Amino acid sequence: MASLIGSYSLGFGLFFSIFIIFFSVRNLRDYEILDKKIISFTFIQFFFVVVSFLGLVISFVNSDFSNETVFNHSHTTKPLFYKISGTWGNHEGSLLLWLLVLTLFISIFLLKSNKQPKKYRIFTLLFQQIIIIGFFVFLIKTSSPFNYIFPKPNEGLGLNPILQDPALAIHPPILYLGYVGSSIIFSSALAAMVTSHVSKEWAKHIKRWVLVSWVFLTLGILLGSIWAYYELGWGGFWFWDPVENVSLMPWFALTTLLHCVLVLEKKKILTSWAMILSIATFALSMSGTFLVRSGILNSVHTFANDPERGLFILIFLFTLIFLSIFIFIFFHSEREKIENNFFWLSKETAILVNNWFMMYFLSVVLIGTIYPIFLEVITANKISVGPPFYNKLILPFLIPFLLAMAIGPNLNWIKSDLKDKFYMIIFLIISFLLSALIIKQFDISFLINTILITSAFYLFFSTSREFFVKRFKNLSQNIAHFGFSLLILSILFNNIFSNEVITNLKIGETFKTEKFTINFENIEQEDEKNFKAIIGKFNVQNLDGSLDILNPELRIYNQPNIITSEADIKTNLLTDKFMTMNYVQNQEYFNIRYQVKPFMIWIWISVILISFGGFLSLFKKRYEI
Amino acid sequence: MKSKFIPLILILIFLITFVIFFKGLKNSNIYAPDTNLKKEVPSFELKSFENDSIVISEKIFKDKDYYFMNIWASWCIPCKEEHKFLMELKKDDRIELIGFNYKDNFTNASSFLKDLGNPYDIIVSDKDGTTSIEWGAYGVPESFLVYQNKIIKRFIGPINNEDLSEIQKIIK
Repeated sequence: MASLIGSYSLGFGLFFSIFIIFFSVRNLRDYEILDKKIISFTFIQFFFVVVSFLGLVISFVNSDFSNETVFNHSHTTKPLFYKISGTWGNHEGSLLLWLLVLTLFISIFLLKSNKQPKKYRIFTLLFQQIIIIGFFVFLIKTSSPFNYIFPKPNEGLGLNPILQDPALAIHPPILYLGYVGSSIIFSSALAAMVTSHVSKEWAKHIKRWVLVSWVFLTLGILLGSIWAYYELGWGGFWFWDPVENVSLMPWFALTTLLHCVLVLEKKKILTSWAMILSIATFALSMSGTFLVRSGILNSVHTFANDPERGLFILIFLFTLIFLSIFIFIFFHSEREKIENNFFWLSKETAILVNNWFMMYFLSVVLIGTIYPIFLEVITANKISVGPPFYNKLILPFLIPFLLAMAIGPNLNWIKSDLKDKFYMIIFLIISFLLSALIIKQFDISFLINTILITSAFYLFFSTSREFFVKRFKNLSQNIAHFGFSLLILSILFNNIFSNEVITNLKIGETFKTEKFTINFENIEQEDEKNFKAIIGKFNVQNLDGSLDILNPELRIYNQPNIITSEADIKTNLLTDKFMTMNYVQNQEYFNIRYQVKPFMIWIWISVILISFGGFLSLFKKRYEI
Repeated sequence: MKSKFIPLILILIFLITFVIFFKGLKNSNIYAPDTNLKKEVPSFELKSFENDSIVISEKIFKDKDYYFMNIWASWCIPCKEEHKFLMELKKDDRIELIGFNYKDNFTNASSFLKDLGNPYDIIVSDKDGTTSIEWGAYGVPESFLVYQNKIIKRFIGPINNEDLSEIQKIIK
């Protein structure tokens, strides 16, 4: 029943797009003010998508297995929480969620933009409707969540256990808020070009949307990363997997756009930049969907591979890209030469420099992700691009990036000088001495590590100083930048000081290294609702005499029948101790992986700080002086 | 002139991207490795597993017709699965087993062999894994059947009973 209502609602929702477009086009010619009907229709469309989405949620909660999506991804023994999150834990449901956010955002946009010109609002709505229609058709044609199965199966196939995790349950909605937020930026940038509305007012107005999507995108990536760390049991937080990369690329573009908009808000410069970035952010989000969902890339997170779906998104994506290129070429003109005069040493230059670096990082990730596809099509060679590629290309360029990030905010707009900047040199010296001191303790290559850590410390010190000097002025930016320095420092220390042991142990055996002794005490069995758990008991004796008890788990899920290994992680402020246990077939051995990872928690904290900075900025009436 | 040129290039780039993605969609994404049949064995110089002496490939693939080159590591769980088949294969004296100890540390690897038995006639340690990559290996475990200095068959993943009887048939 719920499925049926959901299915019809989708059809009605699509139908309302026609009304919206019809009245919008009529409204463009006729009246001075925005027709109230358009807003009502947009809300009705949103309402239908909500009904459709609830229909799917209810089917999941009631375990209505006559619905194909529910049958494929749910099971009666699953806890309620995962029944609900199962709604978007699959291809069809997640697209419905995407559509839900699309219609929600355009409704909010129409409500919040009443100070903007009518034409601009209508064009934004029209462009957004193109995207909405695209998704409606995609959903209904190729991936309907409401397919009917007859006869009704008694039991579903179950949700992949690695998706049954709290972080992952909220990861897709949060990430989608970020992705889809960028669609509003895209539509509004196109509309602004068509109606020649690219101005300081536009920048002020779109800044909120940029910030909202940026905050959600950052948090979404963070949640995905936390999930990978806790659930996949590889002991890392970032694997340069294509799916991770496709979320990182829009983030780079969006971060760059954010800084661009800040400049644009003050002066009408960098308009082309802002336009290109607005288009690129959304195009990258969409191509992310394409790359992941079409199965063109092989990745741990790939859902169903279906070339037909891939073809649809591909054509849709390139239609949007060509449309935006067309609009950019014919409507956008840079009438900004008069204002385009800033001194080389100024905040504008610093932002521009960082934009270029961001673009560089973006291209590295882009090439690393799609180059294998190009190579395979052209030469039939298959390669895989891994962390060494990214590390080699990104790490050295982080140094000037961090330095510019430390110096930039201390400069003035338009023109600045180096008077009273004596402390910056002192900070540099302190940072260098500090990092040299730390690196010398360890047997790693001295030069590159010292310089990297020096630049991270430098940013750390200069942002810390600003908390005291500027106090609440510019707090949001300062928190975000401070968070970034913390992030880089934690990642670097985490990489350099991590310690890992992989070994096979029987119950009762002990494994000794220079720094710790692992003792495998025994195992216990526990029965849960949807899985059986084998819990290992390990005592880890550290060099300083302290004792850690770690209990990694093996979970044998009943539906579907999959064994997963749950890491046990002891977290404190300085280090994470991470242990996973794997079953060795037909042996009494267990494969044990024990890692000591310093500053793990600071990686999460710093990303939260970064997005909190963006969040604070939402409430600011006026940008810095 | 310039303003017309840039859009054209842009459109061209995106068109090419479109075509490539379109073609890419049709490629299967199942990463089946190409079978390097009849390929000469790549030469290498590696440290021996037991001591620091250097093992040169030209010297080891000489005495016999058949060699079985097996890439393994103590941390690799499927390697344990295939181990009993390697022990079985060791009994056959028409073939010599060469172990590539892949990205492993000595203590773990030697206790692995102590516990499960050592099927290899020669073991070299491929600490950074580069030589295995030169062989075209996709991961651990992976094995190559070598006949008169040529790779004639390749086994991706652990070998099983069927693979074993196939090898035994070939070397007869």
